[in-house]
Amino acid sequence: MSRFTANADGGQVSVFNPRQADTQKKKSHKSSFRQQKLPAWKPVLTTGAVCLALFIIGLLFIPIGIALSATSANINEVKIDYTGMDKSSSCFSCWKSSSWNNTCKCTVPFFLDRSFDSTVFMYYGLSNFYQNHRRFVSSRHDSQLNGNMESLMEPSKDCEPYAFRDNKPIAPCGAIANSMFNDTLDLFRNVPTVGDVRIPLTGKGIAWWTDKHMKFKNPGGQDQNLTTVFQGTSRPLNWRRPVSELDQDPENNGFINEDFIVWMRNAALPTFRKLYRIIHKTKKMPTLARGNYTLHVVYSILHRVLHPTSNHISSVPKPLQSDYPVRSFQGRKWVILSTSSWMGGRNPFLGVAYLVVGSVSLFLWVVLLVLHHQNNNP
Amino acid sequence: MGMDFSTLRTLISRYCVGEENWVDSRTVYIGHKEPPPGAEAFIQQRFPDNRIVSSKYTFWNFIPKNMFEQFRRVANFYFLIIFLVQLIIDTPTSPVTSGLPLVFVITVTAIKQGYEDWLRHKADNAVNQCPVHVVQHGKVIRKQSCKLRVGDIVFVKENESFPCDLILLSSSRDDGTCYVTTASLDGESSHKTYYAVQDTKAYNSEKEVDTIHATIECEQPQPDLYKFVGRINIYMDNEPVARPLGSENLLLRGATLKNTEYIYATAIYTGMETKMALNYQCKSQKRSAVEKSMNAYLVVYLCILISKALINTVLKYAWQADPSRDEPWYNERTEAERQRHIVIRAFTDFLAFMVLFNYIIPVSMYVTVEMQKFLGSYFIMWDDEMLDEELGERAVVNTSDLNEELGQVEYVFTDKTGTLTENNMEFIECCVDGHVYVAQAICNGQVMPGAASMDMIDTSPGPEAREHEELFFRALCLCHTVQVKEEETVDGIKHGIHQGKSTSFYISSSPDEVALVEGMKRLGFTYLRLKDSHMEILNRDDEIERFELLQVLTFDSVRRRMSVIVRASTGEIYLFCKGADSSIFPRVISGKVDQVRARVEHNAVEGLRTLCVAYRPLSPSQYQEVCLKLSGAKLALQDRDKQLAEAYDLIEKDLILLGATAVEDRLQEKAADTIESLHKAGMKVWVLTGDKMETAAATCYASKLFHRNTQILELTTKRTEEQSLHDVLFDLSRTVLRQHGGWSRDISGLSGDYSDYGLIIDGATLSAVMKPVQGDSNSGNYKEIFLEICRNCSAVLCCRMAPLQKAQIVKLIKTSKEHPITLAVGDGANDVSMILEAHVGIGIMGKEGRQAVRNSDYAIPKFKHLKKMLLVHGHYYYIRISELVQYFFYKNVCFIFPQFLYQFFCGFSQQPLYDTAYLTLYNISFTSLPILLYSLVEQHINMDILKKDPSLYRDIAKNSLLRWPSFIYWTVLGVYDAVVMFFGAYFLFDNTTFTSNGQLMTTNTQMMFGNWTFGTLVFTVLVFTVTFKLALDTHYWTWINHFVIWGSLIFFVVFSLLWGGIIWPFLNYQRMYYVFMQMLSSGPAWLSIVLLITASLLPDVLKKVTCRALWPTTTERIQNADKLYRGQLSEFTPLDRRQSSGDRRNMPHPTRPLPLFLFILPAILLSSSLWRWRLRCGPAQLDFVRSSSSRSLSMDRFTRHL
Repeated sequence: MSRFTANADGGQVSVFNPRQADTQKKKSHKSSFRQQKLPAWKPVLTTGAVCLALFIIGLLFIPIGIALSATSANINEVKIDYTGMDKSSSCFSCWKSSSWNNTCKCTVPFFLDRSFDSTVFMYYGLSNFYQNHRRFVSSRHDSQLNGNMESLMEPSKDCEPYAFRDNKPIAPCGAIANSMFNDTLDLFRNVPTVGDVRIPLTGKGIAWWTDKHMKFKNPGGQDQNLTTVFQGTSRPLNWRRPVSELDQDPENNGFINEDFIVWMRNAALPTFRKLYRIIHKTKKMPTLARGNYTLHVVYSILHRVLHPTSNHISSVPKPLQSDYPVRSFQGRKWVILSTSSWMGGRNPFLGVAYLVVGSVSLFLWVVLLVLHHQNNNP
Repeated sequence: MGMDFSTLRTLISRYCVGEENWVDSRTVYIGHKEPPPGAEAFIQQRFPDNRIVSSKYTFWNFIPKNMFEQFRRVANFYFLIIFLVQLIIDTPTSPVTSGLPLVFVITVTAIKQGYEDWLRHKADNAVNQCPVHVVQHGKVIRKQSCKLRVGDIVFVKENESFPCDLILLSSSRDDGTCYVTTASLDGESSHKTYYAVQDTKAYNSEKEVDTIHATIECEQPQPDLYKFVGRINIYMDNEPVARPLGSENLLLRGATLKNTEYIYATAIYTGMETKMALNYQCKSQKRSAVEKSMNAYLVVYLCILISKALINTVLKYAWQADPSRDEPWYNERTEAERQRHIVIRAFTDFLAFMVLFNYIIPVSMYVTVEMQKFLGSYFIMWDDEMLDEELGERAVVNTSDLNEELGQVEYVFTDKTGTLTENNMEFIECCVDGHVYVAQAICNGQVMPGAASMDMIDTSPGPEAREHEELFFRALCLCHTVQVKEEETVDGIKHGIHQGKSTSFYISSSPDEVALVEGMKRLGFTYLRLKDSHMEILNRDDEIERFELLQVLTFDSVRRRMSVIVRASTGEIYLFCKGADSSIFPRVISGKVDQVRARVEHNAVEGLRTLCVAYRPLSPSQYQEVCLKLSGAKLALQDRDKQLAEAYDLIEKDLILLGATAVEDRLQEKAADTIESLHKAGMKVWVLTGDKMETAAATCYASKLFHRNTQILELTTKRTEEQSLHDVLFDLSRTVLRQHGGWSRDISGLSGDYSDYGLIIDGATLSAVMKPVQGDSNSGNYKEIFLEICRNCSAVLCCRMAPLQKAQIVKLIKTSKEHPITLAVGDGANDVSMILEAHVGIGIMGKEGRQAVRNSDYAIPKFKHLKKMLLVHGHYYYIRISELVQYFFYKNVCFIFPQFLYQFFCGFSQQPLYDTAYLTLYNISFTSLPILLYSLVEQHINMDILKKDPSLYRDIAKNSLLRWPSFIYWTVLGVYDAVVMFFGAYFLFDNTTFTSNGQLMTTNTQMMFGNWTFGTLVFTVLVFTVTFKLALDTHYWTWINHFVIWGSLIFFVVFSLLWGGIIWPFLNYQRMYYVFMQMLSSGPAWLSIVLLITASLLPDVLKKVTCRALWPTTTERIQNADKLYRGQLSEFTPLDRRQSSGDRRNMPHPTRPLPLFLFILPAILLSSSLWRWRLRCGPAQLDFVRSSSSRSLSMDRFTRHL
């Protein structure tokens, strides 16, 4: 009865009511928390404090900005467009041609007016390529790439329509893997006396260490023969070789091929660059001395683009284009050579931004001082 | 003074259950005995059993019903819709993101509600199975309570509570009465007397009771606790005798039998039809102004959300018009997708965008707001300053929904008696035919004519006067409803009234009556008790006089008087009547009216409560007539109240005036100070009282509602008798407007609403003003004119108010065109109507029962606590919740707008910028606790300053922190921050080699970042920015704030490290693997995080500091000053002006850091003028402090003068 009447007393139906229980004990609550009298620091944003803060920001940011800009300016970067849209370009024919029998080759000569002294990073760049499109981003199967045998044979639905080919699972499945960049780029230095000297390019260490060693794994462990492991799977439609033949080096073959891993990390924006090769610094000479160079592009005819109108994915390749096709979406292709510093590659934005914020702060500091001054001196 | 309950009760019942017509009556056969044939044929009705069901659910309907209840809430429903959309269509985020929180919230709530309901089931079972005693076949048998049926005769022993609503048949007392306490029903602990049916009171054993043959006709159950009409037909020798039944016969379930050994009673309402059960869920839902603006914002955001989704959908299809963009060779659709109709595809896209942006609606805000309100209300309950040591009571929060509304009050409507005053009545004097008697402490049973009184006319009254005097004293001893508490158990010893006068005391619902009876005791006439319908009085000669109590004509506030009819031992019959002067004088035919009236008016001006006493001798034949009228009215089943009132009206006439009494009701401690503070805080205080105008006006002066220089405008019956209401109203409004206009023109610089007008209006005039008049075109806007006058008055006194009128006034103001926030405070049952009507209802734990407290939103022990309640708690809660609301919208704009921008760079493909975990946890764990704790502990200004300077309350008046400009400011700030974050990251990634220098695991150097790093970078900046933004807004850093703010950031980092550190086996994607670590290993990422956070916070800081410097609010000035004294302002009482001016030089510099950097760059800027500024800026701020504290000082002096 008492419980019930207590409810009626409160006017509301609630049996579990801590408030009523609380009102029963009418002792004094001494705790400073309950009295809202906890000791506290009471900062107030005074003009003085803000002036100081602005001043410090200005003082810190401008030197950082200068340092960043200087660092960025010291980084050598050269960007070579080899899309071949220009008629004078030697790649023009490759860009135009749609024959697929020949592997098309072209050369792009360029001149380095500064020598690249430290380790040089060679990137390929693409534009207008929406690697961040939602359908594209999700079109992969991470557990397949992690070496899971079940996933290898049953690709995720996310990979559709790049999941099965002739009822065989595609390995690696999905749109990302299918569209892997496959132009072969080579760099030659034109030494007047000797002729073209090939510059040694290292493909090792271009992917995240964790990706290469943890996230990507070949199915069936380290020592398996990749050909047998991938038996029963099909290669991606646009690939000419199966995944087990990406490289001769077993450490760099299959899913742990670094070029593949690099491609599999979706770029954030439609214009992006990805690391292709590293030219390691040698002890004696500058890595890339001042002079003439030639970029050799080998369009290995890996790609076969589906006929846009065909409703069925057929196994018969219908090649339309021989190089890595960017023409259909008005894309561009570059090779970028760049040195690096503690802050990565060339990045003028950060330095400028620091300078801008720093100087704005200093400016505002002045304005605030004047304002405060006038405010107190009517 | 006893107050009228009936109008109020109808009002309550209207509010609680809606107007219902109880046309039907029910017939109950006592002991299930059929009426004898030939009696009226009744249709036997079916009644429910006595089972009480307070539980909401049964085992079977719990899940569906609970789900339904929960999804009726907007937030849950929104989540559900989003979740369903995510399930149905292919959306960018997995259903988990909204499903998980939804399931969590729903489950937790369901478990909580299920547990509560289980407790309720248990309680119900305990109640339903507790044994009751029922008379059957002449024997008392035990039964389970739930098996009790209508018509059963129940046997109840002392200290047991009644199992259902019962009609008292007989009791162990010979007079057929019993005492009952209804403490658990309405909180009134006094013992109330209930009466058995006259014809059955003799049947007081189970055998006899079982022979009663009767039927009861009564109304169908209705929730009004104090109203009951019925009729009992007793068949004696097959001849029915009809007797009236009223609420005095009805014992309510939940009440407890006291001081009576046992009773027999018959059940008439059982189970869920008992009045208690009908009463127990009738709280009207009040919504605060903040909640309303919150909902308005929500609608805006919903529009933003929909338009965002629409824009993106349209743009998507515009952009995709080129097939190479829609389906480039590297990214083809599946066959099924291709075949989908374009309209369906577009609609799906629209929904997907909705899902992607759905977080812009801060659903978690509702949860947080509720938690804030619930937890926050504990601070009110814990407050020791609102603890009344005497009563042992502290503030009670009945609803936590209105915490912030306490900071928005514009009109305060207060009751006078018991609210402003102590309701601790003290008998001051009485006046018999113009002779004044004062009761003095050392009277020793002797009449001590008041020598101190200047109006003493005659010290030796003549023999006729002597007779009147005796009659007057007896009248006061008899004409009341006071009970004597017969025995009080003190330390186990029972004290009777005879064993010691100190232990006996009087109980009444009206303190006035107690004061009068006690006053009479001091004058020599002691009321002993009511025994066997005889009132016993111990007169001056220590003789016991016995008067037979024949009739009581109970008090109601329409008549404003009460009467008793008694028969003296000599056989003479008297009617004694006491009541307000206005209700007595018109009925008086003889007596020294003029002298008494003069005295009454004199006393009223002094602020005393006056009552007039009159009598009428009744001849036996007159008495017969009276009895006839009364019993006729009492027997009526319909309109009994009206008929009774008419009968009373006819009986209480031709009175002979005896005299008047004066009772003092002291002002409550600090009432004047509180009212003055409320005035200073910009609130308009109205006193609504049922008391006389003069008494009320005197109280108003004493409580500083009116000042000496207040110009009083009267709108009373006295004036409207001379002039027509129309003219008076126009007169007044002209005065007010002309004066007000001129005044504000003269001193336009000062705060405009400190005009000194006070309005006095009385109940009669008010009803004339409120009455809609047909035909007259001018009178239609009386209300408007009246409101216009009121608006320009700082204080209004409404006297002679009926309870309903109090509510009417509140409603009138509430619905006037500015829609001000109203607060009603009162202690008695007569205030309940206005407490329910006002935006915020506050109950005072007074002496008139617990009705007001029960119906209030907040209850406080004393009126003075209102000050802290409004000025401190209200202010804090408003500041806290407005920041909470604005911040929630802000942080969600910051959160979602980058995602919106990202759509422009990912082909409008609904690619989320952030990882699922981040999307889900952003509002739940990364940014929720700091704002919750902020909204619980923030104190922008010291508590003592808030109390000392009530004008600070004006800073937040009119919902100032949640108006559209500030809402737009916060939203724009959110958009700005989002743009900075997004484009900062964009330029960092765009066409540059933004890489990690990769020292993390091996020596390899350059590792490119992808889209998840992009999102993580933005997200990291986001979490830090919004948390720092809150940190910048926090003015009160306790260890809790530190813990929660830095803790959340640390938690975010730790979570990100963990989330990216493991290949989670249960996930089908590993996109976040090592993303966060790789990002942190990049120098530029660190640099850009610092840069972007700075750039995001800069404008807000600048805005704050500029506004503070150029247009400081009072709050900010106080903060500056407080800062200046490093929080010592509260202790700083500059009693001596010289001291403070001397201190000026030694005062710590307000901007201490300033010289530091002036030394660093002295040559760069304005060095000379800067030095000058440095010298001057201190004193400028000091002046303010001095003025504010001297103001509070003068206020203190005022109160001391009181």
